[in-house]
Amino acid sequence: MAKRFDLRRQTGFSEIAWFCLFALYAPILMLVVFSFNDNRSVVKWTEFSLRWYYEAFDNDGIRAATAISLKLAFVSAFFGTIFATMAALATTRTKPYKGMYLAYAVINQPLMIPEIVTAIASLSLFALIKQLTGVTGIGYLMLAHTVFTIPFAYMPIRARLEDMTLTLEQAAADLYAPPTKVFWKVTFPLLIPGIVAGAMLAFVVSLDDVIITLMVAGPGETTLPIFILGAIRRGITPEINAVSTILLVASIVFVAIFFLVQKKRTK
Amino acid sequence: MKTKIISTGLALGLAMSGSVALAEGTLNIYNWGNYTSPELITKFEEAFDIKVTIDGYDSNETMLAKVKQGNTGYDIVVPGDYMISIMIEQGLLEKIDPNTMENFGNVDPKWVDVYWDPGRSYSVPWQWGTTSFVVDSEVYKGDINTLALIFDAPPELKGRINMLNDMNDVINAGLRYLGYDRCNSNREELKALTELLIRAKADWRTMDYSTIEKLTSGDVDLSQNWNGASMRARAQRPSLVYAYPKEGFTGWMDNVAVLKGAPNLENAKLFVNFIMDPENAALISNFASYANGITGSAPFMKPELGSAPEIVMPADAPAPDFVPPCNQEVVDFYNKIWTKLKQ
Amino acid sequence: MVAPADISPTSDSQKLARARQIDARRKRNTRLYLLLPGLVIIGLFGLMPLSITLVYSFLKPGSYGGVEWVFSLDAYVQFFVERDIFDDTLSPNWAYISIFSRSIGLSFGATLGALILGFPTAYYIASKPAHQRNFWLFLITLPFWTNLLIRTYAMLIIIRDQGVINLALMNAGIIDKPISILYTDTAVFIGLIYSYLPFMVLPLYASLEKLDLRLIEAAYDLYASRFKVLTKIILPLAKPGIVAGCILVFIPGLGAYITPELLGGGKKLMIGNLIAIQFGSSRNWPFGSAAALILMAVVMLALLLYVRHGAKGARHG
Repeated sequence: MAKRFDLRRQTGFSEIAWFCLFALYAPILMLVVFSFNDNRSVVKWTEFSLRWYYEAFDNDGIRAATAISLKLAFVSAFFGTIFATMAALATTRTKPYKGMYLAYAVINQPLMIPEIVTAIASLSLFALIKQLTGVTGIGYLMLAHTVFTIPFAYMPIRARLEDMTLTLEQAAADLYAPPTKVFWKVTFPLLIPGIVAGAMLAFVVSLDDVIITLMVAGPGETTLPIFILGAIRRGITPEINAVSTILLVASIVFVAIFFLVQKKRTK
Repeated sequence: MKTKIISTGLALGLAMSGSVALAEGTLNIYNWGNYTSPELITKFEEAFDIKVTIDGYDSNETMLAKVKQGNTGYDIVVPGDYMISIMIEQGLLEKIDPNTMENFGNVDPKWVDVYWDPGRSYSVPWQWGTTSFVVDSEVYKGDINTLALIFDAPPELKGRINMLNDMNDVINAGLRYLGYDRCNSNREELKALTELLIRAKADWRTMDYSTIEKLTSGDVDLSQNWNGASMRARAQRPSLVYAYPKEGFTGWMDNVAVLKGAPNLENAKLFVNFIMDPENAALISNFASYANGITGSAPFMKPELGSAPEIVMPADAPAPDFVPPCNQEVVDFYNKIWTKLKQ
Repeated sequence: MVAPADISPTSDSQKLARARQIDARRKRNTRLYLLLPGLVIIGLFGLMPLSITLVYSFLKPGSYGGVEWVFSLDAYVQFFVERDIFDDTLSPNWAYISIFSRSIGLSFGATLGALILGFPTAYYIASKPAHQRNFWLFLITLPFWTNLLIRTYAMLIIIRDQGVINLALMNAGIIDKPISILYTDTAVFIGLIYSYLPFMVLPLYASLEKLDLRLIEAAYDLYASRFKVLTKIILPLAKPGIVAGCILVFIPGLGAYITPELLGGGKKLMIGNLIAIQFGSSRNWPFGSAAALILMAVVMLALLLYVRHGAKGARHG
């Protein structure tokens, strides 16, 4: 163990990593602190109070928006990651084939064009579909989110797959393992870190999306970012900080349990 | 495996899509974000047994883009004055004739014959206010009722100014300072305007909509601002004073209107009539701190609204200037000036 | 992966060729099925909107937004050539050129910054024992579950004139008066790095995690220095991750506008703002569409060159 650590060590890298972690959390700390601010300002401290937590619990708008944001992020990250994994498998570790670059370009297309343009154009397209089919609902928003999460999930998975040696898979195939078995027993486990990274990115970009959501959302589909955007002109109150803090704590507890269970199992 | 995933996806999609059924007893409101009083909505829901959903937009233009494409599912929108006239012209609003409704008599007569909806056949007042600027009276002690503070900033305000990040608000303020007409396409005058804006911009620190945070955090000492937001900022920084510049300032009114093809037309009409009741109009004002244009609502409003210098205009202030939408030629000129200013 | 048994007597080489052929066909089909869902969904809901944008860019602006169905090249002409509003002279459009170059410069700088911070971080995570790695990844992404606007406001508290950093430095006696960071390009630069750091760290991690330790061991056996090992072995092996990370930071950084607006003070336009206002108060959808397509063409071209080059590099290496 000690020897392995030595091998991988690079001077200053751990310091930079800890610095990044610190820098990433410094604003989050501020945000948590200001959720306990008695004043209605998110930038000027007065005194400690829990009033914004009560107000946030009382605010149907915020509660509904949070629920929709989470639902949307889970669904779109789930499908986005699956589609991205499949596409990544098809566009790596082969000789370049006809149409590969085209496929690559198509997969990454949602990244290439500023969001507002996609938003306006999707708006036109969805309006037309609604007209023709009469179907309404949150499905459109899920579709739109899934589309732009794909490239974010695709990139890490592709990076993982590229240069992944074919040796193991070939060995399995040589032992007459059927292709699906090769995939689930050999390729997939090797891919997991890439998939985890991709899914996390997909989740985050869906959770944070403003512009496409603003244009595509129908009645009753206000997400948290849209709610916050609307609040800017009237002044953002620490209610939003309170909600963010609750989400933060909930996700920490949730993930901590997950890791504890996982650790036990591996032991 | 693959087919399973796809079919699950389809099933999920279909299940979700049924969630906003256009059942009876619903009303979908599309208003500016965080602008609708929850108390008002609860009261309406209980009175008529109608389920209301509220969604927010960030600008008139976002709302227009969505509505123009059709099939939004919304019944009620709350456009600003100039946007009402655009939407009427484009045939996007339902002619609901509020002037024949039971509560119409409560509408202050000065808000009936307005340029954006003469005689009120499409819309009723929601709230109205002014867009001027607010300045810290401890930082600048001179006369504040002039746009010179923005365009020829005194030394103590240089680099301490925030302007709204809004093409029309900035350009209209400049035109007033120079004494030129709004919706201007006179090239000589626009040239002078461009030079003025570029010179003045050197003294501005920021151009942003989040005026309250900028003022209360002490980042700036003067900000172009809406009157209601100024009142909120003053609550945290008492030395702020709202200016009524002698060169003039913008007036605006947001109005409740019903979209053409609204899925719940009758409910929407009920709502339009409902908010013209003085007691209900007061709920709107109490939440968002702007005046509402309904006579008799004052007794039901929070006392501080009745005395706020941001809302009660001094007698010697010029009348608020309501600016109609400009034609495309003017907008193209403005775009060029705006891009030049912010390049 | 084995060819069906052939009954007729043929030579081994023929059998082999046949088996290869079948294998190749099967691979092609698998590839197609794998690509299909992604391509279909992006094709329908990514490329169709793109085509709509393309059509819009060749039309005339409608009154009060939207488009008028009349063919016109005005949007593209407007992008490159400016007709002076005062004397009608024609000149290259410097305003757009300066907006584009500032955006590209800031985004490029942020990509570089994110790489310099992100690479060691990703490497450090990858060098942690296996069961800790996912936890670290989670630590890196967790701040991003909080809305961008709210995070940016929190950043303002830290970097403003009377902010935490300035107060700390002044209390420590390092500086006498506050350093102005907020509402400058520096603030935008820091903000962009902050906003996109995980987009760099996660792909890097994905490619560093599978690093072959035997190669490093071999290098050390040959008395390579730590720095040599980094530049000659680790960096080349991490290239796919570096490419992916840079793409995910650079391109969204180009279109970003919430961060530049809040931290930069909104006095200058970025490409993202320029395009967005065309669909708002500027009421010029065709120009907004054209500007977006020009931006996309530039990015796409750079990306394709990069991928082609990257793929070649990987094969040779």
